[in-house]
Amino acid sequence: MSNLNQTMVEKYRNDFLNEVRANVEEGDWVNMCMQCGVCAGSCPLGPYWEHPPQEIFMMIRAGKREEVLTSTSMWMCTSCYNCIARCPRELPITHIMHGLAHYADRLGLAPKEQPTRKFANKFWDNLTKKGRVNELKLGLALYFMNGFMEGIKVAMANQKLGLNMIKTKRMNPMEIIGGHGVKDTSGLHAILKKAREIELAKAEEFKG
Amino acid sequence: MADEMKIGAYICKGCGIGERLDTAQMAQIATRDAKAAIAKEHEFLCNADGIKMIQDDIDNEGVNRVAIIGCSRRAKVEAFNFKDVAITRGNIREGVIWVRPDTDEARETTQDMADDYVRMAVIEAKFCKPPTPNEETAYNRHVLVVGGGVTGMTAAVEIAKAGYSATIVEKTGALGGAAAKSWKRIPQKSPYADPEDTGVADLIKFIEDSDKITVHLNSTLTKTSGAPGRFSADITAESGSTTTENFGAIVQASGYTEYDANQLPELGYGKSDNVVTQAELDAMALAADGGPIKTKDGKEVKSVAFVQCAGQRSDKEGHLNYCSGHCCSTSVKQAMYFKDQNPAIDTNVIYTDLRMPGAGGEDFYRSGQRKGVTFTKGCVTEVATGGSELEVKFKDLILNEDTSEKVDLVVLATGQVANSGLNIDEVGQDEPGEWKTNPESVLNLSYRQGKDIPQLTMGFNDSHFICFPYETRRTGIYTAGPVRRPMDMQQAMEDAVGAAMKAIQAVENAGKGRAAHPRAGDLSYPQFRREGCTQCKRCTVECPFGAIDEDEQRFPQFNEARCRRCGTCMGACPVRVISFENYSVDSVGQQIKNIDIPDEFEEKPRILALACENDAYPALDMAAMNRVEYSAFVRVVPVRCLGSVNLIWITDALNSGYDGAVLMGCKKGENYQCHFVKGSEMASVRMSKVDDTLQSLSLEPERVTTHEVAITDIERAPEIINEMAETIEKIGLSPFKF
Repeated sequence: MSNLNQTMVEKYRNDFLNEVRANVEEGDWVNMCMQCGVCAGSCPLGPYWEHPPQEIFMMIRAGKREEVLTSTSMWMCTSCYNCIARCPRELPITHIMHGLAHYADRLGLAPKEQPTRKFANKFWDNLTKKGRVNELKLGLALYFMNGFMEGIKVAMANQKLGLNMIKTKRMNPMEIIGGHGVKDTSGLHAILKKAREIELAKAEEFKG
Repeated sequence: MADEMKIGAYICKGCGIGERLDTAQMAQIATRDAKAAIAKEHEFLCNADGIKMIQDDIDNEGVNRVAIIGCSRRAKVEAFNFKDVAITRGNIREGVIWVRPDTDEARETTQDMADDYVRMAVIEAKFCKPPTPNEETAYNRHVLVVGGGVTGMTAAVEIAKAGYSATIVEKTGALGGAAAKSWKRIPQKSPYADPEDTGVADLIKFIEDSDKITVHLNSTLTKTSGAPGRFSADITAESGSTTTENFGAIVQASGYTEYDANQLPELGYGKSDNVVTQAELDAMALAADGGPIKTKDGKEVKSVAFVQCAGQRSDKEGHLNYCSGHCCSTSVKQAMYFKDQNPAIDTNVIYTDLRMPGAGGEDFYRSGQRKGVTFTKGCVTEVATGGSELEVKFKDLILNEDTSEKVDLVVLATGQVANSGLNIDEVGQDEPGEWKTNPESVLNLSYRQGKDIPQLTMGFNDSHFICFPYETRRTGIYTAGPVRRPMDMQQAMEDAVGAAMKAIQAVENAGKGRAAHPRAGDLSYPQFRREGCTQCKRCTVECPFGAIDEDEQRFPQFNEARCRRCGTCMGACPVRVISFENYSVDSVGQQIKNIDIPDEFEEKPRILALACENDAYPALDMAAMNRVEYSAFVRVVPVRCLGSVNLIWITDALNSGYDGAVLMGCKKGENYQCHFVKGSEMASVRMSKVDDTLQSLSLEPERVTTHEVAITDIERAPEIINEMAETIEKIGLSPFKF
């Protein structure tokens, strides 16, 4: 169990609902769900989810902390916004799903092998380094996501595509060293740091 | 003047009638065939000139029966409103020209149709009398309110505010009823966020300060008799002393009793003091007075589960099979008692279907959610009382799993059971001369049909659910509040206002000798020929409003002020001694007999349509407005209610050569739409016996059909007529043509 997870378990004891409301982005809305099921019925990927949003909300109220945070469900969201558009109670469901996924990841409870989670982390790390996505590095990282041999195989298979992209100036092989970025990288890092501080302070201030 | 009959027939040529029909021929028929003294045509009968022409004849020529032949009786009612004469209407606009095509082939049958409506209107006038005021009128501006809860008090306050006086009879020792035992009520004002004060104190203060309201506490009604305008009630106090007072109308607000939770042992009631009903929780909250709510053993409640639909919305034996309507909102209100006092208290409402009625219901639900009340869609199977805490076992219907929750207190949302007194279908009235007070009864009526107001279903008093919710089946007695149907306090208060207004109407109508709803303002009343009566009691039993009692010699005693003028008694009477001045077995029967029946070689069948004036006849009128065509062989006679149809009309019609008859009444049964509640049901029972008549005449049973027609059946009503025309084409004309 990660330290943060331990802390949160002790802090909220049995009150998972309030933990979510305090710590998850837009989680404050969860108690307003009226269990109509429109979100579950509207989700184009609904049949592939372990638990549709309606169930996730009910599980939060029922205190099923472990089950919710280790679920792959929220990682399945493609941000199509159907649920937000249709929710009669106007819950920002998509945002809550991403918030839950993010929180589960922070606590170290998110399923390790979930591909969306893996990609999201790689994307975030890649982006926050210089403030611009380094597509070459991100692509290669994805190739090697599932092991060295697997990476070589995928890279070989895409060899032709890669060369063509270089030819048409769609990809710069020099990006492998350093790569481009925003003008003020340290400024960007300060912004991100501040945002995290605000987020934590908000959770601290939450009073049910 | 009334002795010497003089019929004036007035034929309108407006609205295209003159272009389509030969009105001169119709005027001739009116005087020659139907024996009208005067027959006049007019270009535009409902304008000032036309009205003046008729009024002049009434004033100068002694015309006392006016047959207006033009538009439907439902049109231009205010224009054709002549005092002290009998008025009949021949419907040749909606009934003829608007439902017939304007073609050369159709011209002859269309003219036949119009000619017959002239005959019918004039003949009807011949058998009607100008209305004479009812001698049995009484004016009493004093209303009796039975029950001193919020409903009763609100009714009394409204009556007093309208300038009438009220007397409240309350069984217990204090006003306020269930509301007075509550801490707060469901909010009635925007933003519908928090429970609010019950308002009982304000109502009581108004009543105490008012010189128009008197209150009898610890009292019940031991006998109620009479009729609107002259009710007499014995009010008996606990001590046994009785006062008799007279009233113009009655509002029954006898409220509800909470369902007996002892019948729910599986939910732990009776096994643990910490399983309580909603009423008991409200009493606990009242005792806590805003402080922490404590269990019986003095412990502060830290967690509470509300079990919705406890013993209701269930088909199990002994359970209520209906929803009581208020309990979801009440549970939210009660959960807020805890949350407002201490947000850390865990409150869980376990429901299967959450229903928050009223304008503010949804807002109140959201407010509950905002305050942190948890709502769980689940079905509670058991409340285990063994341990130190209660364990609520339930099936979570969203997550589809059996689970449980441990709490300090369980609140059961048991439903409302109406205090409607005796079910008179089961407990009949005492025999004449042996009448006794029944302590189970609310009103202890002396009415022949029973001591209380008839019930519709599930123990609630019958009120015209669909169209006229405050009406009961006892004229001048209005039910309000949960005795009528399950409801919350706001609905009960609105109900009370409605019932109070109806009571005032009843007082005024009774004072003027007029009928109450739905024939409001009708001055006619049932009259009966005593010497012809065989004392069969059919009228007494079948009257939907219990208006008819028996006198000492067991003859029916018509209480005119209780009568709604539906004519069900007239339809019931086998010896046909009951009639109204403007509606009788003859006034309709003679119309039927006096139309022109072509002989069988002409191949023009005749169909009689008896249409209820409340639904079927307007539906036909509306069909005409939409120019829906129907058979020219039909002759439509409006009837007050299908219940007033006397079988003799059908027999007479078939005997005089009609080829078929269709009866159009309203929906019957539990979801009835009959304005007179039982009329269409009575008719269908009677018509089930018409087959015997048909058999004795050797006629096919298809020739007489009964239909339920709603006012919206604009397409269907003409279809029914056309279907009968087709049937006759198939089975052939009646052999009874002379």
